[in-house]
Amino acid sequence: MTEQAKPQVPALEGWFTMDSDKPHLLGSQCTSCGTYYFPQQKNFCKNPSCDGEEFNEVPLSRTGKLWSFTNASYKPPAPFIADDPFVPYTIAAVELDKEKMVVLGQAVTGVDVSDLKAGMEMELVLETLFEDDESEKLTWKWKPVSV
Amino acid sequence: MSNEIAVIGVGMHPWGKWGKNFVEYGVKAARDAIKDAGIDWKDVGFVSGAATMRCGYPGYVAGATFAQALGWQGAEVNTSYAACASGSQALAAARAKILSGETEVALVIGADTTPKGFLAPQGGERPDDPDWVRFRLGITNPTYFALYARRRMEIYGDTQDDFALVKVKNAEHGFTNPYARYKKKFTAEDVAASAMVADPLRLMDVCATSDGGAALIVCSEAYAKKIGKADAVKVSAISTVTPTYASSVIEMPEMATDSGAVVEAQSFRAALPMKAYEEAGVGPEDVSLAEVYDLSTALELDWMEDLRLCERGAAAAMLRAGDTKLGGRLPINTSGGLACFGEAVPAQALSQVCELTWQLRGQAGDRQVENAKVGITANQGLFGHGSSVILTK
Repeated sequence: MTEQAKPQVPALEGWFTMDSDKPHLLGSQCTSCGTYYFPQQKNFCKNPSCDGEEFNEVPLSRTGKLWSFTNASYKPPAPFIADDPFVPYTIAAVELDKEKMVVLGQAVTGVDVSDLKAGMEMELVLETLFEDDESEKLTWKWKPVSV
Repeated sequence: MSNEIAVIGVGMHPWGKWGKNFVEYGVKAARDAIKDAGIDWKDVGFVSGAATMRCGYPGYVAGATFAQALGWQGAEVNTSYAACASGSQALAAARAKILSGETEVALVIGADTTPKGFLAPQGGERPDDPDWVRFRLGITNPTYFALYARRRMEIYGDTQDDFALVKVKNAEHGFTNPYARYKKKFTAEDVAASAMVADPLRLMDVCATSDGGAALIVCSEAYAKKIGKADAVKVSAISTVTPTYASSVIEMPEMATDSGAVVEAQSFRAALPMKAYEEAGVGPEDVSLAEVYDLSTALELDWMEDLRLCERGAAAAMLRAGDTKLGGRLPINTSGGLACFGEAVPAQALSQVCELTWQLRGQAGDRQVENAKVGITANQGLFGHGSSVILTK
């Protein structure tokens, strides 16, 4: 295998910025009540006290506190695209301070459940989810700030 | 009192992997329930079915499917779907029909045939569907339950041994239940030796998917009196409340919770039983036993706290003290729970009502809770809703 660089594209279009240094998840904010959404809410605000229908796209906080964590010891079914053989990965649920929401994501490669503790400061990074013949598909992952 | 209906008949088909058509399981359960009620099938005025999404069109119109299978006799039908809470919604539809005076007797029924392995989403490239997105990103069903379990360990100091103890307890409860799928007294060592699925949950901490069926015959209090069953067990409350924005718990199949930035975050699980207690006019202190949604061992502990059967964080201590096993102060999942049954989605909320009915009648045999008077159930649907039913003697 040669190390030919394939183009890097987002695994989900419009869900995050492709900034390799300091990526952000792309959420939306209701222009009427100010609440945040991820993934983006674009039509109707879900706050029952708000009839807002306009939203601004906003980058969400790229750090937060670890709410809980687990791993995937078994290969998930499709549409997950797994390496062969399957490599287990860690999963983190991170609470964003400003937005007061918990966002799920895989933890970066190399971080194990035993490395984690609730309350730890975590930051958003981009990593490959899978690759096909044309490109490398990136997604967001959570990484302990201390690592 | 006026909002109560009577449960005069209950019936089940044993849970397992029988590989038969789901209708067969339902009809067996229905015939048992009708016989238990001592009525004729032709006396039933309303058939309220819980739908199954895995068995094709007959499953989508479960009410009509079962009415036809039992022999068309002109009854009205309804079909409800709310994932694991489907049975409670079917029961709620029957109660509304009975309390409005439109019918006196209803059959509430659910049955399922499940495929093997992990539950997976529909095919195709569908990035607008949160269920598709989370599987693409590697977030499976056990992920969510493992996150809740780990959160308990981090916040309350629960251990994997505690979770294993839930399995051991429920295995002991279900050991003599003729309707349970798994009848083996698993030990803590068995649980610890089972494969890790989603840390901290092992294979034996997570319930399987099963075939199964359950049915109830419910009626007005006047009808129960008329046929000499005035002392039948009563459905005193059915709660199917949804969350109040902002929902604070990360729920399948979402990738994020609501934002609590402008409205205070809340948990629906705590609100759900409050409505049930209020409607039934009883409190947690009156509860004799509970059948709760132990999709994972750790989730049973969450539900005990949500049902206010103990303080937040105190469920594991109650478990360790033996309070929640048969013979204890407040037995949980005397049927053996999902640990012994596995999920048969449209049937499981109804099987909980069957168990509580047998318990309140004093017919639970080796599983009998002494002097049982009030029982409560808890179930969880998708997107953060659920159900809770209270039965009283």
